[in-house]
Formats: sequence, structure tokens, C-alpha cells
Amino acid sequence: MNIKTAFALTLTAAFLSTTAPLLAETMHPVTGEKLSDNQTLTYRLLDQFPTLDPQLNEETSGFHVIRDLFEGLLSQDENGNLIPGVATEWAASNGNTTWTFTLREDAKWSNGDPVTAGDFVYGWQRAADPATASPYAWYVELTSMVNAAEIIAGDMDPSTLGVKALDDYTLEVSLTQPLPYFPAMTTYGTLFPAHQATIEEHGSEWTAPGNIVSNGAFVLTELKLNEFHTREKNPMYWDADNVILEKVTGLIINDANQALTRYFAGELDYMDDLPPGRLPSLQADYPDEAFVVPRLCSYYYAFNHTDTGHPALQDERVREALSMSIDRDVITQNVLKGGQLAAYNFTHAATAGFEMPEIEYGTWSQAERDAKAKELMADAGWGTGGEPLNLKLIYNTSESHKAIATVVSQMWRQKLGVTTELANFEWKTYLEIRGNQEFDIGRSAWCGDYNEASTFLDLVTTTHGANDGKYSNARVDELMAASKTAENPQEMYTEVEQILADEMGIAPIYHYTQSFMKKPDIKGWPLNNVENNWYSKNHYRVASE
Amino acid sequence: MINLILRRLFVAIPTLLILIIATFLLMYAAPGGPFTTERPLPPEVLANIEAKYGLDQPLYVQITRYITNVVTQFDFGPSFIYKDQDVNDIIAQGFPVTLTYGVWSFVVAVIVGVTLGVAAAVYHNSWLDYLAVGVSVGAQVLPNFVMAPILVLIFTLWLGWLPGGGWQGGSWPYVIMPVIALSTSFMASIARITRSSMLEVLNANFIRTARAKGLPMRRVIFRHALKPAMLPVISYLGPTFVGMITGSVVIDVYFSTGGIGQFFVNSALNRDYGVMMGITILMGVLTVLLNLMVDILYAWIDPKIRY
Amino acid sequence: MVLVTGNATAEALREAPVKGRSLWQDARARFFRNRAAVGGLIVLALVSLFAIFGQSFAAWSNEDIDWALLGNVETQGMPSFANGHYFGVDELGRDLYARVVQGTQVSLMVGVIGALIAVFFGTLYGAIAGYVGGRVDSIMMRFVDILMAIPYMFVLILLLVVFGRSLFMLFVGIGLFSWMDMSRIARGQTLSIKNKEFVEAAIATGVPTFTIILRHIVPNLLGVVIVYATLLVPNMILYESFISFLGLGVQEPNTSWGALINDGASQMQYGTLWQIGFPLFFFVVTLFAFFFVGDGLRDALDPKDR
Repeated sequence: MNIKTAFALTLTAAFLSTTAPLLAETMHPVTGEKLSDNQTLTYRLLDQFPTLDPQLNEETSGFHVIRDLFEGLLSQDENGNLIPGVATEWAASNGNTTWTFTLREDAKWSNGDPVTAGDFVYGWQRAADPATASPYAWYVELTSMVNAAEIIAGDMDPSTLGVKALDDYTLEVSLTQPLPYFPAMTTYGTLFPAHQATIEEHGSEWTAPGNIVSNGAFVLTELKLNEFHTREKNPMYWDADNVILEKVTGLIINDANQALTRYFAGELDYMDDLPPGRLPSLQADYPDEAFVVPRLCSYYYAFNHTDTGHPALQDERVREALSMSIDRDVITQNVLKGGQLAAYNFTHAATAGFEMPEIEYGTWSQAERDAKAKELMADAGWGTGGEPLNLKLIYNTSESHKAIATVVSQMWRQKLGVTTELANFEWKTYLEIRGNQEFDIGRSAWCGDYNEASTFLDLVTTTHGANDGKYSNARVDELMAASKTAENPQEMYTEVEQILADEMGIAPIYHYTQSFMKKPDIKGWPLNNVENNWYSKNHYRVASE
Repeated sequence: MINLILRRLFVAIPTLLILIIATFLLMYAAPGGPFTTERPLPPEVLANIEAKYGLDQPLYVQITRYITNVVTQFDFGPSFIYKDQDVNDIIAQGFPVTLTYGVWSFVVAVIVGVTLGVAAAVYHNSWLDYLAVGVSVGAQVLPNFVMAPILVLIFTLWLGWLPGGGWQGGSWPYVIMPVIALSTSFMASIARITRSSMLEVLNANFIRTARAKGLPMRRVIFRHALKPAMLPVISYLGPTFVGMITGSVVIDVYFSTGGIGQFFVNSALNRDYGVMMGITILMGVLTVLLNLMVDILYAWIDPKIRY
Repeated sequence: MVLVTGNATAEALREAPVKGRSLWQDARARFFRNRAAVGGLIVLALVSLFAIFGQSFAAWSNEDIDWALLGNVETQGMPSFANGHYFGVDELGRDLYARVVQGTQVSLMVGVIGALIAVFFGTLYGAIAGYVGGRVDSIMMRFVDILMAIPYMFVLILLLVVFGRSLFMLFVGIGLFSWMDMSRIARGQTLSIKNKEFVEAAIATGVPTFTIILRHIVPNLLGVVIVYATLLVPNMILYESFISFLGLGVQEPNTSWGALINDGASQMQYGTLWQIGFPLFFFVVTLFAFFFVGDGLRDALDPKDR
């Protein structure tokens, strides 16, 4: 209570001190647009985020909030490019194995303490510490920081991690291998700073409103699980003068149709993902409010390559026939209708630097693909005119997975005479069934952890934990291993895609998009950030005319 | 009576113990665990997490430790999914919400249901009876997942009278739609059980005698018929109230109320062992208490009943 | 379907009060004098006929997608005799008529079997517990308490994983959780009935316990049992769609009323009202029919009227 009151007072003080240039206050400092008096934003969350602890978080839904509450060394702009965060300068030495970051001296925690290099050291050690037991500890290992792997395995003390504070405002990171993209990795929550005194005082409840001390543009002021949370402007934030929104509220609404109704009732300023199939009519009726942007996820059907799968799937021709006879345009344009991109390769087309390979069957018309599919299936001796083929297609319970499975099974039945047995499972059972290869065709999807093709293509290597179809090709493994340190990995990615398409290791179906409704007076929303990383400090509400 | 209560509370202890152990076994036998994800965790990371939550211990150690913590410190442990919360916090937040709209729904359902049922029975085969039957069957076929979106369309989008969701500490505009959506089908069931039970009682000899003696109808109903007619209704209400608590997931999902029903279903789907156990114990305690209350009410209705 | 219900209940009764055929015939005569009950029976018969023979009148199967309509269901998917979709099509362009026919088969079966399990098992269990009383009652009812509080979702998931998916397992899943409330109601009534003179008379003349339960207790429970059974039917039908959500129940391309109503409800604000209208209509009509049949049975069997 005390903290809240104190906070309200500071807010009022901050407001009073800036009332003098009142006219200037109501204009956007850069664009000159007239700002609304109501600087609040209310948006929809699908689910309750499990945690707001930057080091423990592993979910996108939590990261959206954490990005507002905390600030890392670097941030992203609306196009996903790196911009300074707490660090103002960064430089590599020793051939990209040592990175030095210079921190701004005016960065403060919400309680007024300065943000120092020590706070980053503490946060990063905490992320790797086995006692923290962060599910995202592997991210620290992924950065190749010295001793990260050993600390996670419990063989070394967290204090030996390859990061140290040369002084309060200089941070030095040592890596075991050259990593040119290390600075980009610091935009993720696991590598955000942490306020040691707060965490030690409150333990696992340190993120509760009233307890939390954070260094971002906003502070958490209220949280009711499965209902809502609010975050309000942090007056201590170093760039608070340029933060226009005063309050952001996230409402948890599980049902997308319900969320859309409430959007139209004026209870929400922003809601994503639109219910399947709604985008075209909303775009027609509300051209200023309905948007669709690419999203780094890829939807595919995994073939079971192991001997627990149907023997016919060992035959490349069968896999090709099955994949070619899926009419992706029907799925994207008539079933999902959310602007998704029909996919004939795995890596999302919008991935940074990715050169789309020339996949032959992707350039054909569907009639040509169907004809080829029938021919291949006849050659293989299954389906119409051959031996009956009945495949078990599994998916986790969801309206759109059901719709796609239904449509695909009809395509296979009508075009190839292949029958399917559809089976849905709740999520955890589904993961177990798929992980044990108890299927012929398994619905799958993969979202990029970072904006680079290897985040997708690593999945089709033999040992990857999510390669549930157990696709395996020695050349692919070799290429992906080599790509890690290659000068130009893009060529290798292209070759991997080519092999994958030739052997039809998986059946790609579509590349995701994110579709959303946004009130026209909310401005500054990033439309070109494929990871959909948005920072509320960039948003503002303009006055209605 | 005191004897019955004491005996029941004593029997509640082994009942709850069996419930806890059975639930533990079920949870661990179910496929997947709280940390099963689409991208499997590296083994050493998983090992750290399991050590933190004690999942690396043999099952009997986990069960004993859990029961000890609950009994000695009233500590239901951490949530395995909501890492910033422990189970006590989650129940402390969700249960009052559900209890609030649950009790309101219960009161509405009982008052309207019993009134409709009695009216229908007393005026058997009249237009009032048909109306009551029509309302109660009609109310029962509109499942709450159909009713909830319709209510929001009408009261939030078209009329703009009520907020489309949220709880805000239980202020009344947020309570109305959950109560309507939750109470309707229970109201319908109560009305129909009351009606049939009342019809049966009104046919019984002692009521016929009372009426033959020329007692006024109103007095016959309230003094003599209502009490015995309530017996099956009360049998129905005990489990129903518990069912309202866990069955309220649709309400929580459609109205974002943050109640216990959604935690219950989500914890099962997420394999959040901690929250699952906590809510199961809560359910067990409620079931035992309510069924005890039902038995006490039986004895009040029919003093001849002995246990 | 209806005939099955009728016969099954009839058998239950025949087993119970074997006081001679005339009483049973009496009850039947009384039942058929009740116009609403007969009307309900006719409606149930019609719905069953629809479920059994409806497909022969369909122009489409329940799984075939009308590719011409897929993607523009909202504007062209409404009921039409011209293209053979008498009830319109669902979101995926499948014939709603054929799907309602097939969903009716599943849901009628689920509703009736769920209710029968509850009636047989729940009534008997409750009557025994209530009549025997004492420690037996205490143990039997604490067992019900445990079952009521146990997280049923895990039980359903385990059933699926261990036994796989089948129509039979669906009924096991439904049956497992349908009888507990019934048993509590039956026990409550039994506690009161067992102090009645006719039961005490039977005990005094040395009638064996189980015979007393079957001949004197159960018949007196039937009124409330039948009402509760008709209340259970819609719950079971909707419960099935939840079981299917977990994966144990009916699989695509097959469907049920619960699934159809659920799908229709999610689309209703976008104008495709036929998608919820038709399945809901059949659901409502059937529940009214069950109600009137149940009410008629209750009246006909009320022992005090004899």
C-alpha cells in the first residue's frame, strides 16, 4: 500500500513538474500529431502468462510484458533492428569472443537505484544457476558464455560465468566461440538485469505488484491471475520523457470470438489473433483496424519415418504424393483465411537473410501437382487401384487443427484414395504420443526462437528433440553443423531446404501470420517486426478529430 | 447430532488421505508432466528443475512430504506452472471469486427453482404448470457455453449495459452475467425435481387427509407438504454446489473472472501438480462438509431418519 | 432407440415389483392415457427414425466437403434444396443435414446409455447404502465422496491412454461419472422410506434384505429417479463433447450434438445461425420429449396412485 501511494505521489509530481510546457505535451514530439488526453492502452491476452521473472520466463505471452517492465542491454526498433537499451555502445574484440558493453549512467531502477553492470552480472548468473532452475537456462548456454554449460550441469559455481563488471558502467562478456550476433541475443529476457536486493527480500514472490523493482519504461501495478494486469509509466525510467502512454492493461480472454465482441464493444484497443476465417470480412468492413503481419512460425505435417509408422511412408513417392495432393491454397484462402502463406519449404519466408530456394513442385499449378501425386502413388502401388492405405493422422485439440486435418484427409481420400483415421488429443497427451512416434502423420508447428533460418532447419537434423517424425539425412546434419561457423550459411540453408523437399521429409503446409484488430487512434504499432516484439513505450493515442 | 458430526469429521481424515494418494497416483500415471513442452528441455536443465520441485524423489517420499507440509504448515507448495505464485495464493485469489458468484447463483437457482416447481405441482396440468415446464426445459437446453456469448452480445455489445468480462473484486456489474449463465440450468433442474417431488407428496395420504379436513391449500403446502418434498431437492443440492465450483470453468473462460474452475481445468491440462492437488483437497473438504450438511438437513426434515 | 429405452425401463420394473401383471398393465394403461407422454414418445420415435433412416434422404455424406462452398459458407452455405444441403453446411462446407443425422445417432445413444447406467447403478448403490445403513452406508458414501472430488480429467486421459479410443470407452467414461449424484439422491430417499410401515412390516415377516430393497425400496424411488434421469440426458449429451475434447470421445469426421452446438455457437455472431439452429432444435425437441415421457412414466408408476 505504501509503495503504491508513494508511487502515485511520484507520478503526480512528475506530472506537475512537466505541466509548464502544456502545449508541447499534447503533441507527439516527433510526428507532431495531436495527442489524446487519454493515454491508456487495453489489449487482449490469450492466456495467463506463467511468470514475469525475466530469468524464468519461457513464454512469448510473458515476454511481451517483461519487455515493458525491464530493459536489457539492447532493444529492437519497429523493424526488429538493434537499438541501444541500457547499453549505449558495444564492441567486440578477440575475434568476436569478447564483447564489451558501455552502460548509460542515467538508467535507474523503479526504486531509484542506478542500473549497474553488476545487475546484469547478477541476472545472468541467476539465469544459469541450477538453484534458480530456469527452463531457459539453455539460452545462456546458447550464447557460448564461458563456463555456462558447466554451471548448468552443476559442475562449476555460478560466479565463474564469463561475464564481469569492469566498473559500474562497463560489462565484459567472454565467449567460448566467436558469435557475431551476440548483441542481438541480449534483447531476450533471460539476459535482462535483475535487482538483487528485491529478489533476496521477497523470494519467488518478488514480481508481485508492490514488490517488483524493474528498470523498464513501465512498472507492474496490478495483477489478477486469469483476469487482468496493469502496468503504469515508470517515472524513474531514463527516457520517461518520451514515453507517452500512462497505463497499459492486459485483459485475459481465452475465447477469440468473445475477445472480438469486446473489441467492438470498445473494451479493447488491440486484440490478436483473430478467430480463424474472420480476417477477410473484417478487412472489408474495417480497413483501418484489421491488420495482418508475418509471424515466424511454420506449420507442417510430420511423416513418421520410423518403423512404428506405416511402411508405405518409407517410400519417398508416397510422401511426395501425400504432400503434393494437399491444396495449400484451399487451406490458407478458404479455411484459415488469415493471409497465411502457402508453404512448400520449411523456413518461414520472412526470416531475415533467408534466400527462398527454388522448390520445383511449389511452382506448379495444383492441377499439375495432383496429376503428379496420382502418378507417384500409382507407381508406389498404394491407394486407388493399389493396396488400400489407411493412415493415422494425429493433432492436438483445436478448431483450426481439426479443420485442416479434415480438409487434408478429404483431399487424400478424393485424389489418392488414401483413407485417414483422425485422432485428437489434449496437448500433453499429444506431445507424449507424438514423441513416442505413435502416429503416421503428426500435425506440427515450429516457431523461430530468433530471426535466422537455423532456428527452423536445426529441427530436421537427426538428434533434434522436436524432430518427432525422426527424419534423418546425413548431408543435412553435416550442413547444419557446418553452418554454425560458416561465413555464408545461407547457401547451406538453401541446400538443406532443397534436400528436404526432394525427399519430402516433412509436408510443409503454411507459414504463419498474425492478424489483429487495432483501434485507429492507437499509433506507433510495429508492422514489420516478424518476431512481433512490441514495446509500449513506442505507442501512443492520438486525439480524435 | 453432535455425535454424527464428530464421527463424520473423524472419518473425513482417512477419506481425504485416500483422495490425496489416489490423485497423486493418477497425476503421475497420466502422460506428460508439468515440464513437458514441444521443445524438450536439455536433460541437465530438466534435472535442475525436477530437483527444485522434488520430482526427483521417489513417489512415496513426495507424497509423505506433501502431506506433512499440508498438515503441519498448511502449505500446499508452489505452482509448477505459475512460477511466481504458490498454491495458497492461487486458491486465495480464485476461490472467493467462485464462491461469490457460486453462492449467488445457488441462491437464485434455489429460490426461482423451488418457487417454479411448487407452483407447477400445485397447479398441475394448468397453464402455469406448462409455463414452468417450458421455462425449465428451455433453460436446461441452453448450455452455458451458448448462453455466455449470447449474454455478452446482448448486454455488452448491443445494449452497452454491462462489462463483457472481468471481476474487479466482485463489483455488481461484473457479477450479473456470470450468475445468470451459471444459475439457469441448475434452476431448471431444481424446478423439475421440486415439481415431481411435490406432486408425489401432494398425492400422499397425510396430505389428502389434511385437505379432507378442510385445511386451506396454502397452509397445507407450507406447513405439511413443502418440508417432505424438499428431501430429494436437498440430496441434489449437496453435490450440485460442489459441481458449481468446479463446473464453473465455462464462466471463468467466457467472463475472465479468474475463478477456481479455470484453475482446476488448466492445472489438469498443464499437469500443474501443485495447483491440481490443492484444488482437489479443497473439493474433497467441500464435498465432505456439504454431504454432512445434507445429512443433518435430512434429520431435520424427517426426524425418524437414523444413520 | 426409443423402443430400447421403453423395454429397458420395463425390464427394470418387471424385475422390481413382481406383484402380478395387472399392476404393470395398469401403469401402461395410465401412461397411454397421458396425451403429453404419448406425444413425447412419438417425437422420440420420430427422432430415432431420423437418426436411423435420415441418411437415405441425404444428398451428401457427413464427411464430404462441398469444395464449391468451402470458404464462402457465410454467403452461400445456408439451407438450400437446390444444392441438396437441406440444413445448409458447416464451417468446412460439409452437409449439415448428414451431420445432424449422424450426430443424432451418437448423442441419443450417449444420452440414453449414460442415463441408464446412472439409473441402474446409482439407484441400486444408493438404495443399498441407505437401507443397510451404519458402517456400510458410511463406507459406501465416503467412496462416492472420493469419486466426486477426484480430478476426473486425469481418469479420462488415462482411460484414453491405456485402453485407446472406442465407442465403448466413451460410454465407460460417461458411465463412471453419471451415477454418483443419482446414488446420493436414491440414498436420501431410502433413508426416509425405510422407516415407513410397509417396510417395517416386510422386515417383521422376515423378507430377505435384498428382496426388500428390490421390491419395496426401489419402486418407491422411481418417481425421483425418472425425473433425475431425464435431467441427466442433456448433461450426458453435452458432457460427451468435453470427453471428445480430451480425445476419448467421438472423432472427426463423426460428430455429435454437443460438438455441432459448440461449433455453431462459436459462429453465431457472424450470421450463420443455421449452424446452431438445426442441432439445437433437435436437442430441444428431444429433451422436451424425454421430459414428457419421464413425467408420464412417473405419474403412471406412482405407487400412491394404485
